[in-house]
Amino acid sequence: MTQQEAPVRKITVACDVNGYPAEFLAAPHQSLLEALREAMGLTGTKEGCNDGNCGACTVALDGRIVDSCLVLAAEADGKRVDTIEGMAPPNGLHPLQQAFLEEAALQCGICTPGFLVAAKALLEREPEPDEHRIRLWLAGNLCRCTGYDKIVRAVQRASSEMSKPAPAGGA
Amino acid sequence: MTTTTDRPAQQFNVVGTRPIRHDGVDKVLGRAQYGADLKLPGLIHGAVLRSPHAHAVIKRVDAAKAAAAHGVFAVITGEDMPVSASELLDMGEEVTDLRWMSERIMARGKAVYKGHPVAAVAAVDQNAALEALKLIEVDYEPLPAVISLEDAMAPGAVVIHDDLVGDHLGEKARGTNVAEHTRIEFGDPDAAFEQAAHVLERTYTISRAHQGYIEPHSATAFWSPDGKLAVWTTTQAPFGVRSNLAQVLKLPVSAVKVTPMEIGGGFGGKIQLYLEPLAAVLSKKAARPVKMVMDRKSVFDATGPGPGGQVTVKMGVDANGAIVAATADIRYMAGAYPGSSISAASVGVFACYKVPNLRIDAYDVVINMSKTAAYRAPGTPQAAFASESLVSELCERIGMSPMDFHLLNAAEEGDRRPDGPIFPRVGNKACMEAIRDSAHFQSALQREGPDGKLRGRGMASGFWNGIGNRSSVTINVNDDGVVSLVEGNPDIGGTRATIAMQAAEILGLPAEDVHPAVVDTDAIGYNDLTAGSRTTYASGQAAIEAARLVVEEMKKRMALVWETDPENVEFENGVFRNKVAPDQRFAFKQAAGKLGQTGGPVAKTGSVNVRGSGGGSFAAHLVDVEVDPETGKTQVIRYTAAQDAGKAVHPSYVEGQFQGGAAQGVGWALNEEYYTDEDGVMLNSSFLDYRMPTALDLPMLDTIIVETPNANHPFGVRGIGETSIVPPAPAVANAIADAIGARLYQTPMNPARVMEALAAKRNGANGR
Repeated sequence: MTQQEAPVRKITVACDVNGYPAEFLAAPHQSLLEALREAMGLTGTKEGCNDGNCGACTVALDGRIVDSCLVLAAEADGKRVDTIEGMAPPNGLHPLQQAFLEEAALQCGICTPGFLVAAKALLEREPEPDEHRIRLWLAGNLCRCTGYDKIVRAVQRASSEMSKPAPAGGA
Repeated sequence: MTTTTDRPAQQFNVVGTRPIRHDGVDKVLGRAQYGADLKLPGLIHGAVLRSPHAHAVIKRVDAAKAAAAHGVFAVITGEDMPVSASELLDMGEEVTDLRWMSERIMARGKAVYKGHPVAAVAAVDQNAALEALKLIEVDYEPLPAVISLEDAMAPGAVVIHDDLVGDHLGEKARGTNVAEHTRIEFGDPDAAFEQAAHVLERTYTISRAHQGYIEPHSATAFWSPDGKLAVWTTTQAPFGVRSNLAQVLKLPVSAVKVTPMEIGGGFGGKIQLYLEPLAAVLSKKAARPVKMVMDRKSVFDATGPGPGGQVTVKMGVDANGAIVAATADIRYMAGAYPGSSISAASVGVFACYKVPNLRIDAYDVVINMSKTAAYRAPGTPQAAFASESLVSELCERIGMSPMDFHLLNAAEEGDRRPDGPIFPRVGNKACMEAIRDSAHFQSALQREGPDGKLRGRGMASGFWNGIGNRSSVTINVNDDGVVSLVEGNPDIGGTRATIAMQAAEILGLPAEDVHPAVVDTDAIGYNDLTAGSRTTYASGQAAIEAARLVVEEMKKRMALVWETDPENVEFENGVFRNKVAPDQRFAFKQAAGKLGQTGGPVAKTGSVNVRGSGGGSFAAHLVDVEVDPETGKTQVIRYTAAQDAGKAVHPSYVEGQFQGGAAQGVGWALNEEYYTDEDGVMLNSSFLDYRMPTALDLPMLDTIIVETPNANHPFGVRGIGETSIVPPAPAVANAIADAIGARLYQTPMNPARVMEALAAKRNGANGR
């Protein structure tokens, strides 16, 4: 092994990840997915294909869902990144996470973080999507285990839970 | 979601309920650790150089520049891997030869499939490893690639392995690509065809289809200077990986410890070794732990899909529609090394029927593509595409409804399975009856869809036997009355829950009070793989055994507390009672708190070797499709799957298996295939071009759980994970034929093939 100078200079990236400031060094070619997993230790975001076709690496970038394997880490500079790790409130679960458990909407679970992040973005835009709308929105996320039936049901269940008026006396 | 049962009243408290799976919270939080998520002190990263040719002599490999490159710790080639002699190994769902396995993992002298590893590098990070691969010089001399049955079986064919000795009906054959030709025969099918009222014969072509798990393969290894090899991997078979690594690397089995990480799907494709031995040898050379993660393209190119091939089936019936004879000729392309589940195909091709005269020939054929692997009910969906399509076409010809045909000819208890065994009590007819009585079957199909689209309905049945085999489960009783359950089967689809629930049933505890953990191969007794529909069925029996031993021990402890004989202590519904002093009673939790004063901890292991199969699970699927005659695109618009679960332990995950198999089968039916050029190079090795069903491609998938109890399990459970992929492709084919009035004989039934069938029909060729 030789110990030469590394051939490429890294870039300092400062962004907001799940509501907290984050700063890391990124190689120019490095994807946001790789930066999240390797530099920040946020391995909840999964790699299934690394070419934008499976959706396992879905995160929200300034509120817009993206395949983080197709975004350069350097592009996150100055932006807000939301990943699966930031989805649950302290000491609890997001209604979508709870619904995925209740509806048995995961088998192996590798696609689950991507589905949850994508479904959350849908319900934030459209609180009561119909079945077709859910299927269309989630068509960028592949699941090989479930046949999607229970995933669609879980999103419907979360939608109906989240549309209920908050109980009297506050949260 | 419906459940039909004919069981005598066996009452359950936990089995049959739907608790939240124990590993669920970790998985929805993104905290579950899959193979690629592992981090270790001093970890470095590996990458593989793969052959760009499907068939080539490797004349020279020069890795000197790579070894000297920035950040590189180690480089290995075929020369660094131990050589193995021929030795047959039982892999659980298939049999393989140690020598073929060793050569498949890393080429030496010759590459026999595109993607065949030629060298591997370990470097400080993934990027440095990939850069170093570019510095490895390899001289190839390309050879003609054998990529079709015709090429492989023709007289004078290019022979891929000079030293392969084929077994052709018991005769040794050399200079061949046909590794095996088997035959099952009874009665006199040829004479029976002569006497039959109607006979139909057809040939079907089935595409090579990948399991398509979303998580690529990964493995991390650390070969310690003390000779111990630790491996963390994403596998269905931690004990199988341990054995195979010991065999390939010439180590004692006890020197290898395999830790199964969470697994992101397998479907049979994560049983064989791929990266583990390369990571191990790199680690030995680098003296560091080495992590390797496969990219998606390599998953397609170099891991095992289910085999494609050709199946010719012939069936004769009498004037009433009863089957008098059937024959099959099954030819599967195994890939670069033998082993394409032809024996399971021979069992499955006619398993749904009573066939008095029968002959099944099967051929295992070697070609220059990656070695195939088990894929959910290995070999059977391909065979059923042929037999169940034939049945539907035969029914059209004789004017009989497929439902009547199935009910008349369904194999039941006492009938002979094609390969010899007599069926025990099975739910074949019960599944068909469940479909017949379903809202879906009972509703009329609106035959015209919007915009001139054509609708049709099809059905098909299917069978998978499943396996039992070896399992060990340990239960430790904590003094708060919660028990921990230690098991060795990676949990691909909810089996922590289904195994824990069976223990909970015996212990009288809620499912939540049994805490399951999947552990490494040093931490639990031997367990066969998570495959063959065996995990809930067989490891569940180990859990039941362990729980019974716990109860027996705790009875003795309660006898000490109550100063009575253990025979006087009974245990029912989670409560220990003193029969001679009925006011003396402790719930399980109270009793657990008294173990410290009565002899110490209670930890019991149930170890089983479950003989025979998972009881056999039959299924019947019904599907409605809508075909666009302008584009040839087929959309599945309604689906109902009925299958025999014996007893559904966790009905949600049983339904999930039915739905997941149906979805995979629909993908195989409509879109999935390996597209290659004439040199055997796959052209669609991405999820964009290898088109698996998305949420938008499927409707809700209705399920009917049929419960015909299995006498080989205390609760009547059957193994259910695989049958669901068997009926979909022929059911879809039958529905398309019903919609467009022309039949397709090849998967995938993609828009181009549907358009061809429509054109042929217009030209009067009747779709053939």
